[in-house]
Amino acid sequence: MKCFHFIIFLLLAPIIAFSGTIKVGAGELVHSIKQAIHLAQKGDTIIVAAGEYREGNIVVDKQVFLQGKGMPVLNGQKKFEILSIKANGVIVEGFKLVHSGISAIDDFAGIKLYDCKDIVIRNNMLHDTYFGIYVQYGINCKIINNTVVAFLKEEQQSGNGIHCWKSDNILISGNKIMGHRDGIYLEFVSNSVISNNHSIKNIRYGLHFMSSNNNKYLSNYFIGNGAGVAVMYSNQVQMINNVFKENWGDAAYGLLLKDIRDSEIKGNHFEKNTSGIYMEAVTRVSMEHNLFINNGWAMKIQANCMEVNVTKNNFLGNSFDVGTNGNLVLNRFNNNYWDKYEGYDINKDKIGDVPYRPVSMYSMIVEQNPTAMMLFRSFITSLLDKTEKLIPSITPENLVDNLPLMNKAF
Amino acid sequence: MYKIIKYILTDILRNKIIIAYILVLLSISLSIFALEDNVNKGLLSLLNLILIVLPLFSIIFSTIYLYNSSEFIELILSQPIKRKIIWIGFSFGLSIALSIAFILSIALPILIFVHTLSALMIVIVGLLLTNIFVAVALFACVKIRDKARGIGVAIILWMYFSLLFDALILFLLFQFNDYPIEKPMIVISSFNPIDLARVLVLLQLDESAMMGYTGAIFKEYFGTKLGMSISVFILTTWYTIPLYFSNKQFDKKDL
Repeated sequence: MKCFHFIIFLLLAPIIAFSGTIKVGAGELVHSIKQAIHLAQKGDTIIVAAGEYREGNIVVDKQVFLQGKGMPVLNGQKKFEILSIKANGVIVEGFKLVHSGISAIDDFAGIKLYDCKDIVIRNNMLHDTYFGIYVQYGINCKIINNTVVAFLKEEQQSGNGIHCWKSDNILISGNKIMGHRDGIYLEFVSNSVISNNHSIKNIRYGLHFMSSNNNKYLSNYFIGNGAGVAVMYSNQVQMINNVFKENWGDAAYGLLLKDIRDSEIKGNHFEKNTSGIYMEAVTRVSMEHNLFINNGWAMKIQANCMEVNVTKNNFLGNSFDVGTNGNLVLNRFNNNYWDKYEGYDINKDKIGDVPYRPVSMYSMIVEQNPTAMMLFRSFITSLLDKTEKLIPSITPENLVDNLPLMNKAF
Repeated sequence: MYKIIKYILTDILRNKIIIAYILVLLSISLSIFALEDNVNKGLLSLLNLILIVLPLFSIIFSTIYLYNSSEFIELILSQPIKRKIIWIGFSFGLSIALSIAFILSIALPILIFVHTLSALMIVIVGLLLTNIFVAVALFACVKIRDKARGIGVAIILWMYFSLLFDALILFLLFQFNDYPIEKPMIVISSFNPIDLARVLVLLQLDESAMMGYTGAIFKEYFGTKLGMSISVFILTTWYTIPLYFSNKQFDKKDL
């Protein structure tokens, strides 16, 4: 009888030993991650030791905690999608994923989430992946502190750094994204927070928002992207304390807003962009406490925008403060500080007694005829601007700040 | 020749108007840098001074000086000196004197307060503009005998280069709105030294506004070392060509 017990114990030994954690590595019993996932039970932890793993496409179809120790490298050999997550509650931490395959049909990614909930992807590095982290029908997922870098040059041949499609309640925080097509791309994503990310030198947009309602993005850095940040066809977006910097080029904007409703733009910093903000068909948006410094145009606000409230912003050192394309103005400018303001304040209430018109005649001319930029800062244009200030004829009469501040708003 | 240059130089530099000019510009440029906390903004204000006041002063001062020294010119002509040498002496004397005035009044404060490539560019461009308008004045003087007409022409020439030419360009831009005229515009801008100088400096200063499509094309041309050297070369030809023709004219002029 004793002998029988012993045999049973021996048979069960592997299972008893592996339950809870499975170690993967050259020196361990299990050498491949695929095998570990195969052996794992729901809720197990798989600890992967440092080293390089070339296992093609790894499918995670159980709820496991995949933990890399010492940054193990998962190599996609330029052929495969590296990690495909198809179960709820998976955590991926501490991996370096390199060289995913490139395919225009399959959208290969470094890490791709298929239709799952409660996923956490944190502290990973992705180098040279086609798409970085791809969330498809994800709910309640967290993407935290990852570094996503790609090296491609052409828009058609590279994917997005963090790509979310039809997802809900996503947290994207503390990631660094460089060299992708769009740094962060959201389409049909709602109730999500994007905070503290650095999206730098991507080929197209630093952040690209399409048809995504009820989202917040806070304290992100968008620097040197091909065309800045684009937020399109969305409602109730909150953009707070972000930095938009050095987005240069004819079609480049710090922030491009198109068809946005009921949103808030607060406390952002726009510096050295060709256009700080470009607004088209924007309705009911409040802009407060933003700083526009050294931009070509601080704002370009098209005539089809309505009820945009621009209050208490600082405009410093911009070549043009506001540009527009028509005479219709349905927006309000109040209590802003304009460094070009030449008025006075007799009653000392810190509000200028003369209204300020932020649209200059020359900026209207350049809007119609961009080549006229070659006359920038010439004698004739400043002469035209001065006469226009006295007797407005071309510039929209209603685009005016009636209560310009004498000192900086903040 | 050196003797003539020396005569004219000492004569001009002792002139009270020149001393006042130096002092006024010096105080303006110093106060601009003292008041403005942003150095680049100071440079922009000085750029206006360089593009408008400098050419005006150069051209008017040179014309009046030349007309006033017509008797002196006749006196030297009675000496056994070649006409060419006299004229070159006069032109260099004027150029050097006004360049010294520019260096003392504007270039020095700039170089003291700002240490960037754009500051150097402004100084180079200012020197070139001073000399170009001296050359233009020489040409106008030698062509026109009557003093009042000569000064009038000098003022009109200044107006043309700093105002009318740009108005003309604006008109052309709207006439040819539907055509891609960015590249021809680069060529056209070299027909006016003031425009060329302005674009050269602005590309160093106001990057963001100039970075639009037009700016990109301009940058592609003026921003490169080749483009920059070509435009500086064009500016120097704006100096040498009027000088050459005025010299030729003076050589055979009946005084």
